[in-house]
Amino acid sequence: MNIPIGMENGESHSIAQAIQKTYPDFYIGATLFRGDLSVHIKKAGILFVAQFLRDDPALDFDYPIHISSVDDMVSSSTARGRNQTTFEDRFEMVYELFSIRKKHQVRIKTRVSERDCTIDSVTAIWKGANYQEREVYDMMGIKFNNHPELKRILLPDEYTEGYPLRKNFPVEGRGWRDTFEFLDQDGTPSADGTATADGTPSAK
Amino acid sequence: MGLTGQFEANFITTTVDNAVNWARKGSLWPLTFGLACCAIEMMAAVASRYDIDRFGAGIFRGSPRQSDLMIVAGTVCRRMAPVIRKVYDQMPEPKYVISMGSCATSGNIYNSYAVVQGVDRFVPVDIYVPGCPPTPEALLEGILRLQDQIMKKKVFVAA
Repeated sequence: MNIPIGMENGESHSIAQAIQKTYPDFYIGATLFRGDLSVHIKKAGILFVAQFLRDDPALDFDYPIHISSVDDMVSSSTARGRNQTTFEDRFEMVYELFSIRKKHQVRIKTRVSERDCTIDSVTAIWKGANYQEREVYDMMGIKFNNHPELKRILLPDEYTEGYPLRKNFPVEGRGWRDTFEFLDQDGTPSADGTATADGTPSAK
Repeated sequence: MGLTGQFEANFITTTVDNAVNWARKGSLWPLTFGLACCAIEMMAAVASRYDIDRFGAGIFRGSPRQSDLMIVAGTVCRRMAPVIRKVYDQMPEPKYVISMGSCATSGNIYNSYAVVQGVDRFVPVDIYVPGCPPTPEALLEGILRLQDQIMKKKVFVAA
């Protein structure tokens, strides 16, 4: 695994070594940035690694601080060449875990491709992952297998414009913000709320 | 006013429009409606230092049915829009709207899929108060300008 500039190799960290030793097939590498450990694993191993991190008495990660995602789509082909980012590893899931008793922290990262935009849900391991995974689904469109209630959480259920946090989503959206179904067709306020706003009683 | 000065003390002459408008402008009942940081300045305007009550607009109501002034103070998200419209429709006439701050007026820097680019896209606005956020003085100036507008209304003539 390439260690990005400014980061250190974190494979000698005890938590990284524990993961590497237990699941060598899923382990990719580890980085350290100012003391923060990130362990990169393969997508297929997320459930095994998560279960191990929670249940191992020496690790004891009982608290999913934050679960989020990153869209690494690079628009220009030159940048794509430089970053080695293809659509096969477009999305990155980031799990920020903490142990309240052991007071240590780790970041688990795994790649999700655009073609197979799914990953196993960790809600069975941490209940607190439920809403956070729903937010990732809502904003980035990554689907979580075996999630108990996978539907939008911030945007309305009937929202159809896509997933706003994806890099190819237009910043200003696709017209939803200017569509007011509670107004008349021509955009004027509906007849009941005749909004002269000057306080003049109408001539009814 | 040809009658002015023809009566003894304790009599004044005025028009019905003037009297009604004077009563209306001095008894504005704002709706508690803070959406973002502008609401903090709105609260400051209500408190003792600035004292919006000097202009008769000091009692913020929790119900639109008891209010006639909606101060839209903050960023208007698209999911909030139907709520704002419903609250506005529930207010009794005569009713007025102040768009407080850049966000409520134009969306400000939030050129986003979820932020309405100005509350006037779905409710009529009488006064726009610029600023990010406007100071309490600016909001008071907005109230005064609204009172000027109210004084110019023709109450008993169909427009």
